[in-house]
Amino acid sequence: MANVKLKNVVKNYGSLEVVHGINLDVDHNEFVVFVGPSGCGKSTTLRMIAGLEKISGGEISIGDRVVNELPPRARNISMVFQNYALYPHMTVRENLGFTLRIAKKPQSEIDQAVAEASAILSLDPYLDRRPGELSGGQRQRVAMGRAIVRHPDIFLFDEPLSNLDAKLRAQMRVEIKKLHQKVQTTIIYVTHDQVEAMTLADRIVIMRDGYIEQQGTPLEVFEKPVNTFVATFIGSPPMNLLHGRADNSGKNITLDDGVNVAMPSRLAGKYADKDIIFGFRADNIMPVGHTLPQGDESVEIDMTVTLTEPLGAETLLFGEIGGTQVQAKMLNPRIVKPGEKLTFQIDLEKCHVFDAQSEMVLD
Amino acid sequence: MDNIAGKKSGLGWVVQISVIALVLLWLFPTVGLLVSSFRTADQISESGWWRALFPTQQNMTLRAADPDDEGAQALVGDLYVIEGNLFEEDTEATISVWGTSSRAIDAYKAGETAEMNDGEIITVQENGDYRWTSPEELSGRGQRVFVTATTPAEFTLSNYQRVLFSDDSTDSMANAFFNTLTVTIPATIIPIVIAAFAAYALAWMDFPGRAILIAMVVGLLVVPLQLALIPLLRLHLGIGIGKGYLGVWLAHTGFGLPLAIYLLRNYMVGLPKDIIENARVDGATDFQIFTKIILPLSFPALASFAIFQFLWTWNDLLVAKVFLIDATGETTVMTNQIVELLGTRGGNWEILATAAFVSIAVPLLVFFMMQKYLVRGLLAGSVK
Repeated sequence: MANVKLKNVVKNYGSLEVVHGINLDVDHNEFVVFVGPSGCGKSTTLRMIAGLEKISGGEISIGDRVVNELPPRARNISMVFQNYALYPHMTVRENLGFTLRIAKKPQSEIDQAVAEASAILSLDPYLDRRPGELSGGQRQRVAMGRAIVRHPDIFLFDEPLSNLDAKLRAQMRVEIKKLHQKVQTTIIYVTHDQVEAMTLADRIVIMRDGYIEQQGTPLEVFEKPVNTFVATFIGSPPMNLLHGRADNSGKNITLDDGVNVAMPSRLAGKYADKDIIFGFRADNIMPVGHTLPQGDESVEIDMTVTLTEPLGAETLLFGEIGGTQVQAKMLNPRIVKPGEKLTFQIDLEKCHVFDAQSEMVLD
Repeated sequence: MDNIAGKKSGLGWVVQISVIALVLLWLFPTVGLLVSSFRTADQISESGWWRALFPTQQNMTLRAADPDDEGAQALVGDLYVIEGNLFEEDTEATISVWGTSSRAIDAYKAGETAEMNDGEIITVQENGDYRWTSPEELSGRGQRVFVTATTPAEFTLSNYQRVLFSDDSTDSMANAFFNTLTVTIPATIIPIVIAAFAAYALAWMDFPGRAILIAMVVGLLVVPLQLALIPLLRLHLGIGIGKGYLGVWLAHTGFGLPLAIYLLRNYMVGLPKDIIENARVDGATDFQIFTKIILPLSFPALASFAIFQFLWTWNDLLVAKVFLIDATGETTVMTNQIVELLGTRGGNWEILATAAFVSIAVPLLVFFMMQKYLVRGLLAGSVK
């Protein structure tokens, strides 16, 4: 039952600064996901919120308390670790009750809290087993149960699903989402998997090299990426990015291999004579006849298919424009052989234009 | 495809043979000691312990009953007769050959009759029954008979009786046994308790100078304890501890601590960091983490160090001699007692073997009871 505030939070290891002044407000009951490539500082930030890493500068507050100097146990948080971190010498029941036992809570209260958590996560059949006798998914549930039992102000998840196989991961994703609806608590969740981030988050915080690149709802960061990094990191397959140059009028773009496309009308005339990066997602480039949404503006482009990935309902087509690989989608797929030359349509309304120098979006 | 994982190594049989050799190397003297401790001095001198299960052939010098004893001889017809059995009661032995002179101990077979001076005749049966007759009244001592007899395998508890329960202060190990226990148990527990705390701090707590402390502990590992004997004893005498149990406990603790801290710290450092951080987030203090998480998880390391320390202190002679044993000899330990037995009882192998086995029995017991903790991995399933 608390919000979290990060004010200019800095972390350095010796002379190496890994988190550079992060500002973030997490509202009560919000599900915030930190996402980014390895080494971007997302786990470090989470561990600073947990109190497992000292803060080198700035201020972190939970609720109305500044917690900079508080040890983890005084912050009323729960954390779920990537490796589950179950106590191997205790049964599931003892694992769940550990935090209350050391808080010297009466046994009846402990039993009740354990029963409640075990009911939420359907752990009843395993209560008397040791962690060693559980499967990966069960261990993960115990780790979550242990976090629930404490009724913390904030849940912290540190890549909790990365040790599970794909199928279990999808299942557990749903369980975490359900858990959030049931327990109604602020959750901060770290992952490097953008699918997890998109599906779970109320708000996604995309980090790179110790900076927050963008934050917003999953749809916002998907539809309006602020720079090329976010554009390629969020969404699968990643956004196609082609280098080009806006002409004198600012109404046309010449791509590197000489192909001309029109500047999207919302940007027409705004940026003349400028090196740009032209970006569009695979969903917005489809072969003629296989494209569903037919917007007002579109541009046609020829491309030779080099590789296909049939997915059933759709097929991913790989090709090259100006030496850069481009992925396109084909709905109602037919069999396409590599080497076949197709005409594609690009939905210009959904295209993005970035500054070639700063890689920031132009709008 | 010759060296894929899982294929049996070509060295397999070398390993097997080495294991067998090591087991035999260890088993041979231990079993020998055990068997010898249940044999009599005669049996030990006649045959090796590996023949203890088989009957042994012995030469014995026995005597018929003394004629002067009342009721020993009877007048049957015109012959004076003495009958009886050469062996003591309950002895099962089979005589093969015998004689009446030490120069010809195999002159007669069992059941044959020997004629001696003055018309005396003696017949000795296989089971030791004899009949000694004379036309005149017999006098003096009983007739000596030299027999070669096969006695069945026999074991005796008398050595243990003597070593453990006799009041004889030169032979008795009982007192020394309890003295050794008095030295060993505190000398095992004290360093483990101290080392466990120290190891946790050195492994998981952040404080300035931690690296230097660890380096010092490693440095102390290579200091030979002989170096410290004299200064330490002078210190003990100077501060009034003197020679005694307290002194020897402190000495063993001091000498054991570097290795204990080093071993336990290395083990604790290897425990998964996540578990400890999780406990921290769950609200545990450092002390609670230590008692509720670290100690239970470190049990295999604690147990293996306990076994080592117990064996060292149990078998220790040097430290006990320097710090414990005084002129009164009241506080002698088993190792020292055995040294003294070697002096007073150098020839009595049965006593020495028994004393030695008494002193190794407890370490053996401890090892066999605790060895599963040396191999058990307690960490299965905590982290993936």
